[in-house]
Amino acid sequence: MKILKPSFILFFFSLIISSYAQIKVYDFEEFEPLLHNNSDTTYVINFWATWCIPCIKELPDFERVNADFKKQKFKMILVSLDFGKEVIKRVDDFRNKRQLSAEIIILDDTDANAWIPKIDKNWSGAIPATLIYRKNKWQFYAHSFSYDELKKEVEKFIN
Amino acid sequence: MKKLIFLLLLFPFIANAQGLSVGDKAVGFNLKNVDGSMVSLSDFAKEEGVILIFSCNHCPYSVAYEDRIIEMDKTYKSQGFPVLMINPNDPTEYPVDSYDNMIVRAQEKGFTFPYLFDDGQAIYPQYGATRTPHVYLLQKEEKGFFVAYIGAIDNNYKDASAVTKKYVEIAIASLKKGEKPAVDFTKAIGCSIKDARNVN
Repeated sequence: MKILKPSFILFFFSLIISSYAQIKVYDFEEFEPLLHNNSDTTYVINFWATWCIPCIKELPDFERVNADFKKQKFKMILVSLDFGKEVIKRVDDFRNKRQLSAEIIILDDTDANAWIPKIDKNWSGAIPATLIYRKNKWQFYAHSFSYDELKKEVEKFIN
Repeated sequence: MKKLIFLLLLFPFIANAQGLSVGDKAVGFNLKNVDGSMVSLSDFAKEEGVILIFSCNHCPYSVAYEDRIIEMDKTYKSQGFPVLMINPNDPTEYPVDSYDNMIVRAQEKGFTFPYLFDDGQAIYPQYGATRTPHVYLLQKEEKGFFVAYIGAIDNNYKDASAVTKKYVEIAIASLKKGEKPAVDFTKAIGCSIKDARNVN
């Protein structure tokens, strides 16, 4: 009985900590290495923002794909381009409200003209957009995805 | 006659597959302004050029630039380069971008320039605008308006005071010296354009 109370407290405490894991803000220099991981993992990097309706429309499908491939060499990162006042809190609230489990980071680098071509030289900068890569195999999609379409593309990399 | 009609129907698709590039002749238009009048590019034939900006109500990047766009119009209108704004979006996906809401925004912010509705979304694809905001700086030459610069307004959407490259203003300065802009194309993050015809 004596042990029960502190372990309950610890349990709830850990829940709170995990659900409020701080979303990190990157500038492009810090972000770029995430695009060049040399392991065998297939990466899906999605560029979105909380105010972008087509972006948030496709997130449930992205989450489903993330769940499908979670046990394989696969990682999904949802890169938010949100900006302005209390951006971390806004994105965090959005994540909690929509119960998003994929990793979320914020990319905040205003010199977009410099880094957009480093993602893809034909990308105009419009979102949503998604990059899928595994080692040196790299494919950029300047459009939104349905569940089936995204799953099909990921399978091209993972197999 | 049949052949001519066929070719004419095809024309919009072959001619502007990717939109305009720097140096191309600008596409003419006749669109409804927030004050109810119809505005054409040819109305500005006596100007040195036009700062044409595809922009809208909802996009945070557009909103972040509203004040700077008003300032640009105030500065350059009297120097022969007025601002002309076109909303390219389909309001069924973003009701905030409806014509009626455009009237409200123009009034609230005190827009000093025409804010036109691309009804039917026929104009923006011919320019090749892909996001909001997206600038096409046009220069008036003898044969009409030609594209002199395409891209972002400046290099910091977040913070006007931290801007180090005012792309459009630098381009205008070059044009006024009779030179072509050294930087005639830039990219920026923006909201994709909402088109009822796209699967997207």
